[in-house]
Amino acid sequence: MTVGRVPTPAAAGVYAGALVPDPDSRPLAVSFDTAAVRLGGRLIWSGVTLGVAPGEFVAVLGPNGVGKSTLVKAALGLVPLSAGTVEVLGRPPGQSGRDIGYLPQRRSFDPGLRVRGVDVVRLGADGDRWGVPVPGLGRIGGTRRRAEERVREVIELVGADAYAQRPIGEVSGGEQQRLLIAQALVRRPRLLVLDEPLDSLDLPNQAAVAALISSICRDQGVTVLLVAHDVNPILPYLDRVVYIARGGAVSGTPDQVITSPTLSSLYGVPVEVLRTSDGRLVVVGQPEAPARHADRHAGSR
Amino acid sequence: MTVLGAGTGGLTWDLGQDVRELLSQHFMVNAFRAGTIVAVLAGAIGWFMVLRRQTFAGHTLAVISFPGAAGAILAGVSASFGYFGAAIAGALVIAAVPRSTSGQARSQESAVIGTVQAFALACGALFVSLYGGFLNSLVGLLFGTFLGISDTQVTTLLVVATAALVVLGAIARPLFFATVDPDVARARGVPVRLVSTVFLVLLGGAAAEVSQVTGALLVFALLVMPAAAAQRLTARPGLGVGLTVVFGIVTVWSGLGMAYFSVYPVGFFVTTVGFAIYVLAWAWALVAARLARRPMLEAAVVR
Repeated sequence: MTVGRVPTPAAAGVYAGALVPDPDSRPLAVSFDTAAVRLGGRLIWSGVTLGVAPGEFVAVLGPNGVGKSTLVKAALGLVPLSAGTVEVLGRPPGQSGRDIGYLPQRRSFDPGLRVRGVDVVRLGADGDRWGVPVPGLGRIGGTRRRAEERVREVIELVGADAYAQRPIGEVSGGEQQRLLIAQALVRRPRLLVLDEPLDSLDLPNQAAVAALISSICRDQGVTVLLVAHDVNPILPYLDRVVYIARGGAVSGTPDQVITSPTLSSLYGVPVEVLRTSDGRLVVVGQPEAPARHADRHAGSR
Repeated sequence: MTVLGAGTGGLTWDLGQDVRELLSQHFMVNAFRAGTIVAVLAGAIGWFMVLRRQTFAGHTLAVISFPGAAGAILAGVSASFGYFGAAIAGALVIAAVPRSTSGQARSQESAVIGTVQAFALACGALFVSLYGGFLNSLVGLLFGTFLGISDTQVTTLLVVATAALVVLGAIARPLFFATVDPDVARARGVPVRLVSTVFLVLLGGAAAEVSQVTGALLVFALLVMPAAAAQRLTARPGLGVGLTVVFGIVTVWSGLGMAYFSVYPVGFFVTTVGFAIYVLAWAWALVAARLARRPMLEAAVVR
């Protein structure tokens, strides 16, 4: 798989209203340099070179099974590279744990899971600490109170006040997704990594969660790296896209990459990009990868 | 153990008199001590076990402790060694079987556990018959006994339970994280595999302790029932563990009390009380859900 990165600074002005910071003037939030990953002897992708500037909203797009999740897992240090390098927030992968909020790909919580949403959010704050909180001890320095305030704050930010006290298995998929975004945000991360956060949501929830993620990116100044197989719900908000597909990958602004010729050559079948009457882009005819099941299996190992 | 009614003053209508009668016997005092220690440990561990959906593993570890105890008696060493040794060794074996989230691997895992469990039961039966074939010891090992719990045994139970609770306290939050959200926990640097293995060893210790009071086949009375009842009633972790421990203690105390004044195995009474608490909790949760829903219905009607 070869990757041609479309140079962005010169074309940044073309994308109306988008703030694309010059990648050369500030340290990149995420940068891959001729990276490759091999899982179970199979080459997932290779020669990937791309950079994500701080504060950008970037989507990793492509059909199922091409290694989108593997890309973000490599950035998190959960999957080792077989070639090349990756740096996250100026450090090797896996060493910026506190500064990264991560939402892995999932279907949903077990409906019988008797754990409240607020407890799941709180795990984002202290779930990796050893020992149990001694009653009264945390109150002296006010650390526990501050942590509780932060938990309340992020639940309010994602609009989950109404159902945060209910068992998380009993709330809807969209509500679970909001609580998980709150969990990822609780430590004020500089980078938010979301793997298919819109998967298995209905259309209104897809639009609402996409708008929420975008407002977090703009208002809180958090860099967002989001994996999706359907670009349409997030397209209005994106600063940059990374498209992975059979035969190649491309990175650039949506206007540069999301065009009929580029996508058609990436997928190897005709793909049309249409402009709606209100000026939004819609991608029509993106095919599913034929080897989806085999790929999923290899990727999960 | 089956000849209990004899030698007691019999049940009276005076509760205070009955309790004095119970505690006048040293073996009963030891039974209450052991039962209380076991109920606290089983409650804390059981709450996590039910949340982690590892009840089958918990049952298997208890069953494995039975041939351990029978083998230890046969070899002429303390049954305690057999209980703990076998259950903890079993826990390490289960931990070595790769635990995957995919359905196929999980059914593979439970097939392995089930196979080992059946073989362990058969070995225990063999050891008991090699020892002399006393039916009483077989019934005691499988369905519980509280006669002859020695002071040393109580001390052993206390030391093991204290150590297990200290370790559980140390790993409680990462364990909770790894249970609810293993992928995110791993990404946050929680050693999910290690925490799961440590928990299985703790579960082995708890199963071995409970086996010594309720018998190997009835461990769920203290390991599952109180936790399942508590989780019906509350989704708060701290309150849930607290309720589980309280239910466990109530179960053991009332079960022992009833068993003292009857001729039937203690395991039956302990299990019956545990079952009753679970049914009550289930009914309470149902009623509470109804009551919570009613105002919304009325509002809808008014509109």
